Amino acid sequence: MFDAQPLSPPIVVTPELESAKPLFDRVHEWVVTVDHKRLGLMYFCYGIVFLVIGGIEASIMRAQLSVANNHLVSPETFNQMFTMHGTTMIFFAAMPIVFGFANYLMPLMVGARDMAFPRLNAWSFWMSALGGIILYFSFVGGSGLYGAGSAPNVGWFAYAPLTSRAFSVGHSTDYWIVGILVSGFGSVGTALNVLTTILAMRCPGMTLRRMPLFAWLNSVMAVLVFLALGPLTAAQLMLLIDRYLGGHFFDTQAGGSAVIWMHFFWIFGHPEVYVLVVPAFAIVSEVVPVFSRKPIFGYSVMVAATVAIGFISMGVWAHHMFTIGMTSYGNAFFVASTAAIAVPTGIKIFNWLGTMWGGKIRFAVPMLFCIAFLGQFLIAGLTGIMLSAAPFNWQLSGSYFVIAHFHYVIVGAIIFAVFAGSYYWYPKVTGRMLDEKLGKWHFWVFLIGFHLTFDFMHIPGLLGMPRRIYTYQPDRGWDIWNLIVSTGVIFQAAGVAVWAFNVVRSYFKGKVAGNDPWDAWTLEWSTSSPPPVYNFATLPVVRSRRPLWDLKHPEDPDWKYE
Amino acid sequence: MHRHFGSRLSPCAILAIVSMSATRVAVASSLRSPQTSIFSPVSTPASDIYHLSLLVLAICAAIFLVVFSLLLYAVVKYRRRPSDDDREPPQIYGSDQVEIAWTVIPVLIVVVLFLAAARVIHAIEDAQFPPGVLEVTAVGHQFWWEYQYPGYGFVTANELHVPVSEPGHPTPTHIILLSADTDHSFWVPKLAGKTDLIPNRRNEMWIDPHEVGTYLGQCAQYCGIEHAKMLLTVDVQSRDDFESWAQAQKAPAAVSDQVAAGRHVFETTACVNCHTIAGTAAHGKFGPDLTHLMSRRTIAAGVAENSKENLRLWITNPDDIKPGALMPAMQLPKQDIDSLVAYLTSLN
Repeated sequence: MFDAQPLSPPIVVTPELESAKPLFDRVHEWVVTVDHKRLGLMYFCYGIVFLVIGGIEASIMRAQLSVANNHLVSPETFNQMFTMHGTTMIFFAAMPIVFGFANYLMPLMVGARDMAFPRLNAWSFWMSALGGIILYFSFVGGSGLYGAGSAPNVGWFAYAPLTSRAFSVGHSTDYWIVGILVSGFGSVGTALNVLTTILAMRCPGMTLRRMPLFAWLNSVMAVLVFLALGPLTAAQLMLLIDRYLGGHFFDTQAGGSAVIWMHFFWIFGHPEVYVLVVPAFAIVSEVVPVFSRKPIFGYSVMVAATVAIGFISMGVWAHHMFTIGMTSYGNAFFVASTAAIAVPTGIKIFNWLGTMWGGKIRFAVPMLFCIAFLGQFLIAGLTGIMLSAAPFNWQLSGSYFVIAHFHYVIVGAIIFAVFAGSYYWYPKVTGRMLDEKLGKWHFWVFLIGFHLTFDFMHIPGLLGMPRRIYTYQPDRGWDIWNLIVSTGVIFQAAGVAVWAFNVVRSYFKGKVAGNDPWDAWTLEWSTSSPPPVYNFATLPVVRSRRPLWDLKHPEDPDWKYE
Repeated sequence: MHRHFGSRLSPCAILAIVSMSATRVAVASSLRSPQTSIFSPVSTPASDIYHLSLLVLAICAAIFLVVFSLLLYAVVKYRRRPSDDDREPPQIYGSDQVEIAWTVIPVLIVVVLFLAAARVIHAIEDAQFPPGVLEVTAVGHQFWWEYQYPGYGFVTANELHVPVSEPGHPTPTHIILLSADTDHSFWVPKLAGKTDLIPNRRNEMWIDPHEVGTYLGQCAQYCGIEHAKMLLTVDVQSRDDFESWAQAQKAPAAVSDQVAAGRHVFETTACVNCHTIAGTAAHGKFGPDLTHLMSRRTIAAGVAENSKENLRLWITNPDDIKPGALMPAMQLPKQDIDSLVAYLTSLN
C-alpha cells in the first residue's frame, strides 16, 4: 500500500541570520508565533535561563556549606535558596527543557507540519513562562517569614503545616503555590498537545509500532503529566483554601492532616520524576542507535518497559514517606512496588547496551554524553534500590545520601541526556554543527565536576548529615566531604559556560551541517536544517521505524524484518 | 558518508572512570569512625538495618560490577576503529531469549531484596517489648526537644537519658513521638533509623543501646528557620546511673536565698509564660523545662555549651547563638541579667 516513495527532496540551506528585518519585528514574530519549532526553542531557552538561575542558587548553598559553622548567608536566605533551587529546577528548568525537545522534534519525527493544537501550544508556553515570573516576583514582592525576605522558604515539597498561615506569614508560600499552579496549566496543555500529535498527526505509514521510540516515550511522559499534575493542583487549591478561606485540610492546629499533604504531593512527585527522566530516555534512545550504527535493540520491549515504568510509578509514592510511621504492611507494599520498578528500568539499560553491542560506536559528543548517562543512571538506579529497602531508607531518607541519589538521576541522567540531545539536534535547529573540540572540553570538565559533587555527596549522608541544614557542627566529620562537593560546582559551572559559549559561537561560525550530518534514520533528518516553517514540502510516507535507512539501503530495508 | 568523530576512547578517559570507581571503595572504609555514622550501630534497630544494608550494598555492588563492565567492554570492543571500512555493522533488532534472561534475573533479585527488607521491617516495627521497657514521650518543638518520662513524672529537654540494655537484662526504651508545631524527625544514626514527629499523629520507635555513651544526631525533617540547630543527644547510662539521674530530675528545683533576686526576676517577667521551674510560679510549656537546667551539658538544643557565659549570651540575645530561635531577647537591664544567670546556674 505504501511505496518507498522518496521523502522530501533534500535541500541544503545555509543558515541566514535574519538580520534584514527590524529588531521589533523579529521579536514580535517570536512573541506571537504558533510554530512548534519556535515554541520548542523558546521552551528550551526559557528552561536554560532557569537552569542557570537554579544553578546560582545551588552555588550559594554550596558556598555556605563548604566549611562548618559558616556565616556567608543567613539561615533565612539559605532556606529560600534550597526552596527556590528545587522548585526552579523541577518546574522551570527540567520540565520546560524536556517540553522544548518534545515540541521541536515531535512533529518532525512523526512527519507532521506542526503540533495538533498550535495555539494551545503557544498558550501553554506563555502560561509556563508566567508561572516562573510569578515565582520569581516573590524576590521583590510580598513579605516573607520574619520580614527578612519574600521568596518561599518551605522547601520544594512544602510540607504542611509549615505552609499554614501560622508558620508562613506573608505571601512567600502564595508565590510558590500560584507560580506552580499557573505553570501546571501550561504543562497539561503541552502534554495534551504532545499526546494528540503522536496519536493523530503521524504521517502515512507510521503505525504505532513504527514510531520512533522518542514518540513512544514522550507519549508516556504526557500521560504521566495528566495523572500527576491533578493531585498537585488539587492539593495547592486546598492549601489556598486553608490559607485564605478558613479551610483545615492541612491545618494541624485545627485537626487537619499533615500526612494527607504528603500523600497528595508525592502522588504527584514520584510520577514527576518519570515525567522528566522518560524524555531523557527518549533522547538516549535516539542517539545511542545512530552512533552505534544499529537499530534500537528490542524496540517492543523498550516500549513495554517504558509503559510498565509509567504504570508502576503511580504506585510507589509512599517510598518518600517511609519515615512517617506507616504500618509494617504499608511499608512492605511500597518496598515491593518500588523495587519492582527496577526491573523495567534495568531492561532499558540492558537494551541500550544491547544496541551498542556489536556496533561501530562513534565517540562524537552526543554519544559521549549518552555513555556517561548509562553509567550514571546505573548508579542512580542502584542507590535507588538501596533507598527502596525501607529499613535502610530509615537511615538514608532525608539525608545527603538522598540528595546525591536524585541529583544522580536529574543531573547524571537527565541533564547529561539533555546535553547529548543539544549536540545531536543543534545542527537540525541552526543548520550548523556545534564545535566538537569545545564539546569534548564541555563533556570532560562537566563530567569531572559532576562526579566531584555528587559522588562525594553520598558520604556525609551516610555519616548522618541531614538535608536542608544551613550549617553544621565541625566535629561530625562532614567538613572535608562538603568541601569536595562544593569544589565540584566550579567545574560544573565551567562546563556549562563552555557549552553556552559553544552554542553561541557555533551559531555564527559552526561548520555548515547539511540535512543529515550524523547519517541518521528518523524523519527530522530528511528535511532541511533548519527545517522550513511547514517542515516537509510533501508529507513523507514511511514503511519502517527507520525511513532514512530504507532510503539509504534500498537493498536491505528495515521493513523486510520488522 | 561516515565521518570520524574521534574514533578512539582515550586512555585518560578509561583511567578517569576506573579511578572514580576506586574512590568509591576507598571511602567506604572511612565511614565507621565518626560519631553519627550509620555503619557503627550500638542498638538493635540500627544493627538490623546495618546488616540489611550490607546485603543490599553487596547486591548493588555486584550488579554495578557486572553491568558497568559490560558497558566498558562494549565501549572498548565495539568502538569504531580507523581501519574500519564504511560498511554498517550487522543490523540486529533484538532477541527474545536475551530479553527474558535480563528480565527474570532482576525479578529474582527484587524478590530477594523484598524478603530481606520485609523481615527487618517486621522485626523493628512489630517488636514485642519485655516488661522492663522504659517509656518516654518525645515532643518536637521549633527548635528543641521535650522529653517526658511518664513513669517517673518529670519532664526534661534536649538531652535524652536512657539506661543501657544488656542482652541478659534487656531494658529497651520505647519512645512515643509527638509534635507541638511542625514536622520533625528523630534521627540518632547509631541507635535507630529516623522516625518523623508529625502534629496530630502519634508515632513510635524504640532503641536498646548496648553500650554506655553519648550518641548524637539531629532533626532530619525540615522544620523551619533553625532546623539546622535542632541537635539530638542521647546519654546512655548504666542502670544505676540512670536511676539516680531520674530521681534527681524528679526532685523540685533547688532553692537558695543567695539567688532570690534572680528568681524574682524570673518569676516577674515573661520567662514564666514559656518555661517551667518546678516549685515556682513558672509553669510555661512553650519552652524547655528549666527545673534542672544545670544537669544538662548544652543549651539551645545542643548548639552551645551550658556555661555561665553562654547562658548570659543566650538571655541577652538568643539570635547571637541561634538566629531565628523563638525565644525573644527580653531587653533586661544588665543587673537583672546578672542575677538571672546566677539563679539559673543554681538549678542543679
